[in-house]
Amino acid sequence: MSTFWSIWISVIVLGTVFGCVWLLWATRKSQTTDTETDRTMGHSFDGIEEYDNPLPKWWFYMFLATCVFALGYLALYPGLGNFKGLLGWTSTNQWEAEVAEADEKFGEIYAQFGDTPVPELAQNEDAMKIGQRLYANNCSVCHGTAARGQVGFPNLTDDDWLWGGEPDDILHSLVKGRQGNMPAKGVMPNMTSQQVDQVVNFVLSYSDRERDAEAAEAGAEVFAQACAACHGADGTGMTAMGAPNLTDNIWLYGSTYEWIRETVEHGRQNEMPAQEGRLTSDQIQILAAYVYSLSN
Amino acid sequence: MSTVNANLTYNYKVVRQFAIMTVVWGIVGMALGVLIAAQLVWPSLNLDLPWTHFGRLRPLHTNAVIFGFGGSALFATAYYVVQRTCQARLFSDSLAAFTFWGWQAIIVSAAITLPLGLTSSKEYAELEWPIDIAIAIVWVSYAVVFFGTIMKRSTPHIYVANWFYGAFIITVAVLHIGNNLAMPATAFKSYSAYAGVTDAMMQWWYGHNAVGFFLTAGFLGMMYYFVPKQANRPVYSYRLSIVHFWALITTYVWAGGHHLHYSALPDWAQTAGMVMSLILLAPSWGGMINGMMTLSGAWHKLRTDPILRFLVVSLSFYGMSTFEGPMMSIKTVNALSHNTDWTIGHVHSGALGWVAMISIGAIYHLVPKLWGVQAMYSTAMINVHFWLATVGTVLYIVAMWVNGIMQGLMWRAVNEDGTLTYSFVESLEASYPGYFVRFIGGAIFLTGMLIMAYNVYMTVRQKEAAAQDNTAVQAA
Repeated sequence: MSTFWSIWISVIVLGTVFGCVWLLWATRKSQTTDTETDRTMGHSFDGIEEYDNPLPKWWFYMFLATCVFALGYLALYPGLGNFKGLLGWTSTNQWEAEVAEADEKFGEIYAQFGDTPVPELAQNEDAMKIGQRLYANNCSVCHGTAARGQVGFPNLTDDDWLWGGEPDDILHSLVKGRQGNMPAKGVMPNMTSQQVDQVVNFVLSYSDRERDAEAAEAGAEVFAQACAACHGADGTGMTAMGAPNLTDNIWLYGSTYEWIRETVEHGRQNEMPAQEGRLTSDQIQILAAYVYSLSN
Repeated sequence: MSTVNANLTYNYKVVRQFAIMTVVWGIVGMALGVLIAAQLVWPSLNLDLPWTHFGRLRPLHTNAVIFGFGGSALFATAYYVVQRTCQARLFSDSLAAFTFWGWQAIIVSAAITLPLGLTSSKEYAELEWPIDIAIAIVWVSYAVVFFGTIMKRSTPHIYVANWFYGAFIITVAVLHIGNNLAMPATAFKSYSAYAGVTDAMMQWWYGHNAVGFFLTAGFLGMMYYFVPKQANRPVYSYRLSIVHFWALITTYVWAGGHHLHYSALPDWAQTAGMVMSLILLAPSWGGMINGMMTLSGAWHKLRTDPILRFLVVSLSFYGMSTFEGPMMSIKTVNALSHNTDWTIGHVHSGALGWVAMISIGAIYHLVPKLWGVQAMYSTAMINVHFWLATVGTVLYIVAMWVNGIMQGLMWRAVNEDGTLTYSFVESLEASYPGYFVRFIGGAIFLTGMLIMAYNVYMTVRQKEAAAQDNTAVQAA
């Protein structure tokens, strides 16, 4: 902040503290007695009078002590504008120190597993206990405590993978995150409402769900134009794009006509956040092995 | 009193109106509180409807108790106290009537808009911009009536209760207007004039002073009239009044930063918020001491007078929560307590123990005088109410202490590999017993309010109120 504001802040902070001390001192100095008396101030309001009693001593010293503490604290910690305080403390460096301490304390525990290949690590009981805890802390909010996912968040316990289930695929999903994007109406922005209906029925036919057979038949052509580019000509999806397999009756969103229609009409945006920078590479290695172990 | 002007009459009508609405909004607001407390124990009570969902009813609860119940109590007592201690009739009867109807309309509009989901999302300042403007107009009218009455007083000095009411009225106007500055987008949608952390700081400058001025300074004004009046003793120390008044209003405005410890708020503002909060301990206790010590020589009255009991116990809770507050503002304590139920317990030890209890005591003192009868219909019922209120408050606070400290400890517990021991859901599950006890405590407190409503109704029924205006009874 500019020098002006720095001075301004210092002046009003110190002014408030010293103002309190002055008020306390001046009132005490004007006292005529140290003990309680029956003398009142001489005025009466609706029958209420006020004693001219001194400030209670213990209270006076307590008040003074808090002011002294405040001044000491302001000398040691940042409070007076740009003045950093004698200890050099900031909330940022406190956090950094705590993280560094934790890394030092716990880093070794993770480091012993960081170089082990994922499939091998998935067999290691100790590593998987840690993996489960890492999962509970970092992943369960979206993927669920049992890793079975929920609407919009994939089930991690089945064999169906949006972005691939090989160790390297899982590691990539964890480190870099994934952005899933299904555009509204696929690559056919001028899709009519009737065509939407047709293609939805066609998609339902892949998994032999209840549908309008006639519309489904007409939908094949729409699918080829609008959807096949990502989901493949046979509807089995494409892991490079994160495009789901539509033929396995596993649904990231709902499986009913209404749900699928919503998906086609408005598209879907989905994000798996990157863990790089949040977790260490050793932790990510263990986590990848844990996720791998859920379906292998 | 020798100086009483025989021709002087007071405006008791507006005081009576606000006194009744204090009881009404108290019951409505606390019933909502009990409902949302129950929703946390039995989530199905959300009824799967947006209008009855916790997220919408919680701000309605806070608005109804703070502004409906607390606000009505402040209007009622400020109008009563300023007239009696200045020996002057209210500056303007019609403007006073406007503040009554205006304020009630505002609370009703809160009860309509908040369940509909119309909110500015600022805590304790959720109401949208048209209502905010109405609040500003009514509040300025309140200030005109109050200070106008002070101006035409026939006493040489201004009584200490009026200092506190005056500081509360002025500061709340500044806080309300400052925090609610916004750009309207539609009739019920606006965007704050502040961005990011500035907005957060403005919000908590307002938020903490909603506590400091609305819920503290105003109620200290109430304390300074009703405690010496009910005890029939002089105020303990005029000097103490002076020091704690000026120190309280000076340091309170600084304290808001302690709501944003370890946030994006610059470190200097966090530090300033913390040290001022610590200094605030003594000025706060000054009010407690002055009230408590006023009873010296009259302690025996506590045995027979449940109204005085309400007033004195409220001061005890005030002293306790104003010790707890500075302690929680210390960064290391706050690191544990922040976002836990401890905060909610702290607020309620102030809200139930201090604000509600002193208001209840004041209303019990006022009602017989306003309706020109000797005493409340039933002193025994006041006594029952006192115990219900005390037990309810204690259950509430203890449940939240236990929950809060447990949550804080569970959230920071780590395994030997540094991972968190508990998930959030586990800490939530562990909180259920506390939520249940809190619900019981709240329900007990509410039961007391219902008894009060019956007692007030029976008292008022004894006499036709209107006939008591402008009569000699007022000089009593």
